[in-house]
Amino acid sequence: MLHTFVAYVEDLPGVLTRVASLFRRLNININSLTVGRSERQGLSRLTLVCEASSEAGHRIRASLYKLENVVDVDDIAQAPSVTRELALIKVAATPKNRAQIFDLVEVFRARIVDLTSESLMIEMTGVESKIEGLIEVLREDDGRILEICRSGKMTMRRGHHTSGVLRALGAGIAEVAEPEEDRVAAQPE
Amino acid sequence: MGIDATTHAANAHLTTPTRLTGSEILWATLVGEGVDTVFGYPGGAILPAYDALRKFPIHHVLVRHEQGAAHMADGYARASGKVGVAIATSGPGATNLITGIATAMLDSIPMVCITGNVPSKVLGTDAFQEVDITGVTLPVTKHNFLVSRAEDLAAALRHAFQIARSGRPGPVLVDITKDAQQASAIFDFEAAKPRAYRPHPMLTVEDSGLAQAAELIRNAQRPVILAGHGISESGAMEQVRTLAERAQIPVGLTLLGLGSFPASHPLSLGMMGMHGEKWVNDAIQEADLLIACGMRFDDRVIGTPATYAPKAKKIHIEIDPAEINKNVKADVALVGDLRAVLEELLPRISGRDGSSWLKWIDARKGESAVRDIKNLPDSGHLYAAHVMHDLWRMTGGNAVVVTDVGQHQMWEAQYYHHEHPRTLITSGGLGTMGFALPAAIGAKFGCPEKEVWVIAGDGGFQMTAAELSTIVQEKLKINIAIINNGYLGMVRQWQEFFYDRNYEATPLVSPDFVKLADAHGIPALAVRTRGEVAAAVEQARAAEGAFLLNFLVEKEDSVYPMIPAGKALHEMILRPGKDPLEERADD
Repeated sequence: MLHTFVAYVEDLPGVLTRVASLFRRLNININSLTVGRSERQGLSRLTLVCEASSEAGHRIRASLYKLENVVDVDDIAQAPSVTRELALIKVAATPKNRAQIFDLVEVFRARIVDLTSESLMIEMTGVESKIEGLIEVLREDDGRILEICRSGKMTMRRGHHTSGVLRALGAGIAEVAEPEEDRVAAQPE
Repeated sequence: MGIDATTHAANAHLTTPTRLTGSEILWATLVGEGVDTVFGYPGGAILPAYDALRKFPIHHVLVRHEQGAAHMADGYARASGKVGVAIATSGPGATNLITGIATAMLDSIPMVCITGNVPSKVLGTDAFQEVDITGVTLPVTKHNFLVSRAEDLAAALRHAFQIARSGRPGPVLVDITKDAQQASAIFDFEAAKPRAYRPHPMLTVEDSGLAQAAELIRNAQRPVILAGHGISESGAMEQVRTLAERAQIPVGLTLLGLGSFPASHPLSLGMMGMHGEKWVNDAIQEADLLIACGMRFDDRVIGTPATYAPKAKKIHIEIDPAEINKNVKADVALVGDLRAVLEELLPRISGRDGSSWLKWIDARKGESAVRDIKNLPDSGHLYAAHVMHDLWRMTGGNAVVVTDVGQHQMWEAQYYHHEHPRTLITSGGLGTMGFALPAAIGAKFGCPEKEVWVIAGDGGFQMTAAELSTIVQEKLKINIAIINNGYLGMVRQWQEFFYDRNYEATPLVSPDFVKLADAHGIPALAVRTRGEVAAAVEQARAAEGAFLLNFLVEKEDSVYPMIPAGKALHEMILRPGKDPLEERADD
């Protein structure tokens, strides 16, 4: 099954190697990994997606915690959450056939962020399937896609104080129960 | 040892912030962490540190190979319970430590390794003797540090000691660039104290878990305690004993668990697993409840997960959450420090009658005992089992025995009965040949008042035999027993059982070990018959300094019983029943 881990790690040289090395050692391929600054100074937040057996989740999480630079780990599993991916897609397009792509971009609620006489660049944010959808449609016209750059998944649990992340960080809300109705209410997608 | 008038000054650094060089900060921090002995080998990138050593009350043991330094630090830690420290230079010095670091990692031994590295401005340029040792050791350390500024050194070192000791212990490496050793900074020992240790966030011992465990124990008809290395690491000997005695539960031990529960105790079953006695493994396969205390269901203990203890519920008490359900699925997991968990569990345990189960197990002991070579008449041959048995008798079971890896290691585990923790020092997880001799040197420094014996095969002994010089240079009283069968015995045994006796690359030509010892100035004797064993052991013990005994044992003797790799615990190859060498039809 697909596992999604959200981790807070110290923003120091070599920390990403330690995280990646753990998966290498377990012979698990990382499908996607996004890292960036978090709301806490000196801590990076990463979202890591990998394919592993359903029982592997516990051991991966426990092993991540054993890394000295890992401050917190959340196994998102099936919990209600928002997942997004960013894609930049460069497409060959001349003034003649641009209009068709503009229409597509409109339908997919993407944006054109760069335009030259030979090509244009599409920026799109969304769930994986939506991005796959746009790429598939663009591919129908052979050779049209020149470059694809995808960020990998970013995931955040739904609701306010619902995150195990916050609890483990001891951010002053130690034992707040996860209000089930909050989760349900906050799913306008 | 090396303590002089500067001691006072060195300690003064610990209370008053002072400007020191990085090298001085290194030693001052070690003194502050309670270190009085380090094992190392100098070289270019660590020279500034060595230059400052004489100012501090630390005894440096010069090894003959850095692998020896790591094993000595390891042996020191295993014998004393304190953190062992090894030190080496950059490049080859650092890479030579790796086998020793991995050995400590697999057996959860607290150790700090210090390496020098090239100056920070040339890091990553393939400078002379440069290697990315933090990169190389990443998977075999609990954590490692690269320090390139003198002002970061004290904090990194103190953090390293904290990590090495805490939770599930392990080795930590601190790599210090040469310029960081040479630069100066304000040394403030107190300010360099790491943040309070944060236990693994997934440690959970819930009341319901304790209640469930107590319930399982109360209702069990055929329970077995599985005693592992975690008992001595946690200091839970009394608690395990109380649990066993109160609920009349027999105790099987892992290799690294030996000594954590007295071998002479009526409830002790002895070692389990691949070369454990049949009654122990039978008891586990027949059990309806296993209480795993500080052990990790290693493959050498369980055979195969699918066939392991099929009738038993499993209570797993373990400090590392990543071990839960790794090899064997636990029905109740109590994740925490063993001693603390047992303290909570014991008030819920009441007396139970275990007599019928104990009788069942006892009945199985007899059939194994008659096959035991120890109980056969003296045929004039010298068997390793005899040597171990006699050594055990003559030392009263009180020696610290440091073994290498292979047949002799298993024979030691079977025939030397350990009553106390930290009296068997052996590489269990990694199975590192060459471990015994250097680890024994470390052990002797860890407990100078104890009688220390090395037991090694002729193969493994030669891997690190150069450390004989270290023994002489340090004037150590260590007794060495080489179990010499002219083969890489355990490999030969596997070839015999599983590879049609194709003894490829296992026959071994060795030097005359008596002469080798003599060249080092160590008195030695060769022992060829059982009748000579006792006198030789006595002579070794009585000698003032180190003594070496070369036991020329049966060449093609095998360790029985044995579970073939990948087989179930009840599928053991049993002892042949009489002289194993005479039973072979085709010999």
